[in-house]
Amino acid sequence: MSAIAIRNVKKSYGGTQVIHGVNLDVAHGEFIVIVGPSGCGKSTLLRMVAGLETITEGEIEIGGRVVNRLEPRERNIAMVFQNYALYPHMTVFDNMAYGLKIAGLSKEDIRARVHKTAEMLQLTPYLERKPRALSGGQRQRVAMGRALVRDPAAFLLDEPLSNLDAKLRVQMRLEIKQLQRSVGTTALYVTHDQVEAMTLADRLVVMHDGVAEQIDTPLAVYSRPATTFVAGFIGSPAMNMLPAEAAGDGRLTLATGASIALRGVRLPDQGRKVILGIRPEHLAQVPAGEADLELEVIAVETLGADTLAHGRLGGGDFVVRLPGSSMVQPGDRLPMAIEPGMAHLFDAETGKRLPDDAPAAAPSRQAAEA
Amino acid sequence: MVERRGIGTILTHLALILGVAVLCFPIYLAFVGSTLSHDEILSVPMPLWPGGQMVENYSQALAAGTQVPVARMLFNSMVMAIGIAAGKIIISILSAYAIVYFRFPFRMLAFWAIFMTLMLPVEVRIVPTYEVAASLGMLNSYSGLILPLIASATATFLYRQFFLTVPEELAEAARVDGAGPVRFFKDILLPLSRTNTAALFVILFIYGWNQYLWPLLVTTRPEMNTVVIGLQQMMPSADDYGNWPVTMAAAILAILPPVAVVVFMQRLFIKGLIESEK
Repeated sequence: MSAIAIRNVKKSYGGTQVIHGVNLDVAHGEFIVIVGPSGCGKSTLLRMVAGLETITEGEIEIGGRVVNRLEPRERNIAMVFQNYALYPHMTVFDNMAYGLKIAGLSKEDIRARVHKTAEMLQLTPYLERKPRALSGGQRQRVAMGRALVRDPAAFLLDEPLSNLDAKLRVQMRLEIKQLQRSVGTTALYVTHDQVEAMTLADRLVVMHDGVAEQIDTPLAVYSRPATTFVAGFIGSPAMNMLPAEAAGDGRLTLATGASIALRGVRLPDQGRKVILGIRPEHLAQVPAGEADLELEVIAVETLGADTLAHGRLGGGDFVVRLPGSSMVQPGDRLPMAIEPGMAHLFDAETGKRLPDDAPAAAPSRQAAEA
Repeated sequence: MVERRGIGTILTHLALILGVAVLCFPIYLAFVGSTLSHDEILSVPMPLWPGGQMVENYSQALAAGTQVPVARMLFNSMVMAIGIAAGKIIISILSAYAIVYFRFPFRMLAFWAIFMTLMLPVEVRIVPTYEVAASLGMLNSYSGLILPLIASATATFLYRQFFLTVPEELAEAARVDGAGPVRFFKDILLPLSRTNTAALFVILFIYGWNQYLWPLLVTTRPEMNTVVIGLQQMMPSADDYGNWPVTMAAAILAILPPVAVVVFMQRLFIKGLIESEK
């Protein structure tokens, strides 16, 4: 039995469908991150699990119980909001105790649980303060504490770190992960930040336009993105995409006319239109004679550990991640080779990943005619 | 803030002092009048310094008045002003809560209906209101003084605007915490609107205290008079000499409660006007 099961859930506002049937099974103690650009429906999905939005179609189960018609409080979940939603007139203690008080726990029980949670979050010195007198990071902790103290079946977190500055965000990210591990509670976490998504998740749900495009471990999403959208969304800088056509002899013909031999990747049948995806980190600078591609550098970003060289190729932007020691200058021409097995091929029509171990599918009719 | 030096400071202060003097002079004159004897007040010119009759005049006003003791009228005014202020606040906060947080049929119609009553102040609807109050037997009673003035579009609107600024997540967090509508209202909204309520209370208390036309109509027995009406009736009319010192004492007494309310609630009042607690 899974901790949370989402079955073909759809959501419409008026006549407009915004979530088009999402399926997800969350195991006990799993940390699931729902990631996607704004407006993809990730928050709506989370709010449907929380019970703050009605479910238009489909079913949501929490702990084996269908919760479609239950109020949030009957679902045994706790939620952390983006702006924390702490009660401004209550002390930290009262903020954390409020849910327990309503649940009818005894005074001693409440005290014990709040103090234990505060200890875990290093909030003990602040228990008597009002949220106003706390820093952003401390408020964030109180919001976490309010969720933890109730010992719910699942945590729902809606972009909990996006109001923090960059440094604090990294720190809280680690803390959240450790906390979730130590209490072992299932968590659903919504974010638009792919670094957060990659680092926190046991499994990622990449959403786009109300559809879960891929549900898999972070590494699998990174190394085998299911669609061009996922490929472009996960990874920074984004994957380079080049329209190409299979030449049939183990080579690809790019839209620019250049021909590349791909090693370690199964190529589709001749004439099939594809999109070739290469991550910036999977290109290497090579002697001119061995190059697959040549990039004219327009701009260089020196990050210290790496250097990003930006250029244009085949009508689109193209980025290469070079070692930090690289002395590349704007105006240079970089001969580059794709690392073997590191190219991704997607169908040019559907944007779906071409199967890399199964035999390539028959070319679509349009592709054959072209 | 603009920083001024030298002559600028002196000029601004002069202007301010002059303004305060102009505003305060009539009140000062009333106070002086309340400390003089009847003959001294009628002498021309009237003395501008307080006399020695203060205790006598005030005790006579409080205990006896001219027809009804001023103490009685002050009590009536107090009941009416507090009743109106408290009633308006209770009704407005509840209707604003319903309009902002609940989805029910004709919600917007209800809101606009409340809003429209802004166009119907007491004076406009006074005849039908009197008719209703009279047939309900509310003449010469506190409920007659209070109830018809209790509905308030302004206060409802104010609370509505305030509730709209309360982040939606707060209501959602309370829902997740298991708070039902009543708990959310009691535990979250009421404490949050504390400063607004204080500011409203001050304004509405003074509004209630200063009511003239309605109490004049609905009360016929002198012992149900409010102090504002009482004052008018204490004024000498026609060939009557009246009792000016006692009347002035009553006037000063009538000013005191609103002043006290403003002074004591000033901190909250100003907070409520300038700051939202978030």
